Amino acid sequence: MIGLMGKLRPVFIFSVLALFLAGCGEENLSALKPKGYGAELLLDLMMISIAIMLFVFVIVMAIYTFVLIRYRRKKGEEDFIPKQTEGNKSLEIIWTVIPILLLLILAVPTVQATFDLADEQPRSEDGSITIEVTGNQYWWHFNYPDQEVSTSQDLYIPTGERVYLDMTSSDVIHSFWVPSIAGKMDTNPGGNENTMYLEAYEEGVYWGHCAELCGPSHSLMDFRVVAVSSEEYDQWISDMQNIDAEATPETASAQDGKAAFENSCMGCHAIGNSPAGVGPNLSNFGNRTKIAGILDYNKENLVDWIMNPDEIKPGNKMQGYNVSEEEAQQIADYLMQLDHTEVTPETVSNSSGEE
Amino acid sequence: MSQEDILNPKQMPSDPEKATPEGKNKFVGFWMFLGGETVLFASLFGTYLALVRSTSGENTPENLFGLELVFIMTMLLLTSSLTSVYAMYHMKNNDFKKMQLWLGITVVLGLGFLGCEIYEFYHYIHEYGFTFRSSAFGSAFYTLVGFHGGHVVFGLSWFIALMLRNRKRGLNLYNAPKYYIASLYWHFIDVVWVFIFTVVYLLGKVG
Amino acid sequence: MSNAIAQQRGLAAAIWDYMTTVDHKKIAHLYLVSGGLFFLIGGLEAMIIRIQLMKPDNDFISAGLYNEMITMHGTTMIFLAAMPIIFALMNAVVPLQIGARDVAFPFLNSLGFWLFLFGGLLLNVSWFTGGAPDAGWTNYAPLSTTSPGHGIDYYVMGLQISGAGTLIGGINFLVTIINMRAPGMTYMRMPLFTWTSFITSTLILFAFPALTVGLFLMMFDRMFGSAFFDVTAGGNEIIWEHLFWIFGHPEVYILILPLFGAFSDIISTFSKKRLFGYSAMVFATVLIGFLGFMVWAHHMFTVGLGPIANSIFAVSTMAIAVPTGIKIFNWLFTMWGGSIKMSAAMLWTVAFIPSFTIGGMTGVMLASAAADYQYHDTYFVVGHFHYVIVGGVVFGIFAALHYWWPKMFGKVLNEKLGHWAFWPFFIGFHLTFFIQHFLGLMGMPRRYWTYFEGQSLATGNMISTVGAFFMALGTLIFLYNVVYTAIKEPRASADPWDGRTLEWSIPSTPPFYNFKQTPLVRGLDPLWIEKMEGRKGITPAEPLGDIHMPNGSILPFLMSFGLFIAGFGFIYQVDHNAWFIAVAVGMGLTLGSMLTRSLKDDLGYHIHKEDLIEKGEGKE
Repeated sequence: MIGLMGKLRPVFIFSVLALFLAGCGEENLSALKPKGYGAELLLDLMMISIAIMLFVFVIVMAIYTFVLIRYRRKKGEEDFIPKQTEGNKSLEIIWTVIPILLLLILAVPTVQATFDLADEQPRSEDGSITIEVTGNQYWWHFNYPDQEVSTSQDLYIPTGERVYLDMTSSDVIHSFWVPSIAGKMDTNPGGNENTMYLEAYEEGVYWGHCAELCGPSHSLMDFRVVAVSSEEYDQWISDMQNIDAEATPETASAQDGKAAFENSCMGCHAIGNSPAGVGPNLSNFGNRTKIAGILDYNKENLVDWIMNPDEIKPGNKMQGYNVSEEEAQQIADYLMQLDHTEVTPETVSNSSGEE
Repeated sequence: MSQEDILNPKQMPSDPEKATPEGKNKFVGFWMFLGGETVLFASLFGTYLALVRSTSGENTPENLFGLELVFIMTMLLLTSSLTSVYAMYHMKNNDFKKMQLWLGITVVLGLGFLGCEIYEFYHYIHEYGFTFRSSAFGSAFYTLVGFHGGHVVFGLSWFIALMLRNRKRGLNLYNAPKYYIASLYWHFIDVVWVFIFTVVYLLGKVG
Repeated sequence: MSNAIAQQRGLAAAIWDYMTTVDHKKIAHLYLVSGGLFFLIGGLEAMIIRIQLMKPDNDFISAGLYNEMITMHGTTMIFLAAMPIIFALMNAVVPLQIGARDVAFPFLNSLGFWLFLFGGLLLNVSWFTGGAPDAGWTNYAPLSTTSPGHGIDYYVMGLQISGAGTLIGGINFLVTIINMRAPGMTYMRMPLFTWTSFITSTLILFAFPALTVGLFLMMFDRMFGSAFFDVTAGGNEIIWEHLFWIFGHPEVYILILPLFGAFSDIISTFSKKRLFGYSAMVFATVLIGFLGFMVWAHHMFTVGLGPIANSIFAVSTMAIAVPTGIKIFNWLFTMWGGSIKMSAAMLWTVAFIPSFTIGGMTGVMLASAAADYQYHDTYFVVGHFHYVIVGGVVFGIFAALHYWWPKMFGKVLNEKLGHWAFWPFFIGFHLTFFIQHFLGLMGMPRRYWTYFEGQSLATGNMISTVGAFFMALGTLIFLYNVVYTAIKEPRASADPWDGRTLEWSIPSTPPFYNFKQTPLVRGLDPLWIEKMEGRKGITPAEPLGDIHMPNGSILPFLMSFGLFIAGFGFIYQVDHNAWFIAVAVGMGLTLGSMLTRSLKDDLGYHIHKEDLIEKGEGKE
């Protein structure tokens, strides 16, 4: 289907994209600028449906405009009594059958795409990557069970291959959405586990959103998908596997920060490859591009976040841990030096916001 | 039709429940209402089936349910449905006394059913510690069967109120539709029980 | 002084009259006024939402309050504004269109209204008692079951009470249409508004019990410790989604179908033509109603039902486009060859056609299950359902109100002001919602409190907010028109639009018994038939005789008020057992009133034919 649509795409681009104008939105965020298999498949499907719908719309509007101009009551026609037509069987048949045909044209690729995106056949092959995704109020946890690697907020995947996600939630329903790579899928608590796959075409840092209302900070539950080349991905996995959670930081401040962290934060946050805790895993915090998924990455914001979490993400679970400003500074120093890997969002050739 | 004709009809028609426009409206409207009730119970059955395996500990349908009691309950309720048919038969023959008598028997059978159900719940709670809150299965079981039980209570109160209210004045075109739809309600309760008996108890015991 | 007392007494008597009325025309007024008030409240909530989203990183209101706003906006608009206004129209028009003197169950009609009103009031009390519900109008578990405070409890109790009222209203209209039609008014001669009201009532009957059950389960989970949606105790949160949408999808057809009927009547009247393809229109309505129950899971494509279920529901959803298309084309061909008068009612109708067509087309796009993985829960969906609900339901309400205002209130709404209200609303509507489709595809999920700088979403949101202000302006002009018309406009004639159906054969406003003599219906558009044969009025089907009328009653008010009190009891008994007293008092009042109703004979009264002749038709 991609092949056929690929050939037809220029036609649609001129007829439809005029409407879409420059409004395709932000690179690596917009569903209209696909950078992965799913998003591209779905954009093609949208184009088919838009084309069919526009065809119908034009016909309706043509009749509509004609009727309203031609049959508008004019001065002196007040007493005119039009012919009281009962209906017309052939017309009724025409506007029943033609829409059915048009819908069939749409239904076939719809069903194909629906099954395509649920296809897990290739997964049974060796070497396909499985990642366990857990939605939490208001952060995301990613566990690589085969590699025994855990991370939060930034999901690292290799480009050019399918990565399978097993999705669940630890509290309420969330929905995992990376518009420019694939569609979305809900993460349900309890036994209703879902799967989907991601296949990114290009290296890049892609925006991810939570798309199911999950509480006050629903709109602040952003995450990133960092797509890297498969060599870099392997590098990243091995770097992550070799993290030494006990390593002593270089600066004195960071050392104090480590102590403070172990004292106040360890109960919820893990460093190293432990399963999803109450709070995000911070092993590679030094490589993040955002703090808490939303703030620009700098020390000032990090201290602010540690000190006033509820003002920044209302309703989140990190509250009431009253560390002093000084401790927060030290913890920030400690966290920001946790960069144990060479593969970071900065090394990705096409990072977010780089236009 | 004047008020006098309705309250003291000179001659009772063969189907007094539909002799007045109001009676006809009640008749159709109540059937509609039962349509809605069907969806209500269908939703409860759906919920129950989705949660029947969500048990905790030993309190599974197989271990809990005893078919002997449920069989007695079923017999009581089915018979009460039959006796209410007799009551309606006598209503059509304009035999008020016999109608009241058969309704009385219906009420007694219904009370017997209710007593068994209360005993059943009591038994589950005290012997097994199986409550509304013990598991999702518990919530679904008590809600489905309890909704039915609530309908039984309402139906019985309805019959009793009608019988007491009209005991002195006999049948007329104003109260005949009321008796009639109350008995329709009772049949509906009976039908729902047949499904509960099958889906909850029989399937629970063998499935 | 004495004058003031007399006026006071007059006012008190009028209030008492409305509190006890069982007259469908007065109940229509009650529905319209309360629905209109809730519409304004819901509109205010919408404006606050749009102001919050006006610019990136805005903090006009807090995130928690924002969630309360979106929840209450949706809930209010659907349950407390659109539904009651539709019931207002059905009450005002359906009995007149079928030549009936009343509805089948006048007492239940009144009960339905008071239940709706007290349910709606209960829901809105939550604003003042520590926070409104905040889990979205869809109220998905477990977000709703774990939401702190009592907001969700108000949602559950408020909707349960008002939902019961809706169900009662639905049954009432079903029986009215089945049993109360005038001689000759066969099913296939019923005006389209009556037909669509009939189908809508059927949908209410079969859809609302699913919501009732869902709300009960939610109530048990939150208030009595059951475990339906609690996954830690084996519950399953998806059950709520199914129950909600088994109700929720038919609900959108419940909303739109009566207005399809209104549009059909309006187009036919103002084109001076019989409705094109009447039987196809009826068939399409029935089909939409039927298919409406087969498609609920298209709201759940991303829940993980699997490709088979998703495909089935995708195809069945697409199928609904066919009968809807039939309707659009039949409307166009009703106008074809007609003599179109662009009155305010017709203006809203004509604007509806392209707006709803766009909404229908985005609906088909959404039906495409896989593509919905991108659309779902984004502003694309928000754009879509506002195109159908505002472009269909709200436009329809405005059109229908302009059309039937003289029948409801005895005066024709000022036409010029009607046009003045239309344009800002129409332009604002497209400004607000068209751009939202693109915002969604550009990566903006719905129910987002804010978005960030650098996401290219600012311009679109700004346009949308500006549009919302235009819509508010249009609404204000309409309200001004209502006041202006009440003061300045002359009384309307029985038939101001050269109408075709029975309601235009009796005075505006009709006497309380509607028809002095039951009319004889001799075909589709009965009044038009008589006019074409040169007669002034409808041929009566019976000689002048006594008219039987129902008595008014305060019991419906008391029953509903009892549930209102009991609602508070249920909500707060989790905090303190003493609140069970409120439950007992409230339920006592309700059940006591029911018992009174059941035991006390109420046979109504008769208007004697001598009085009918003496006082003539002007008697009110």
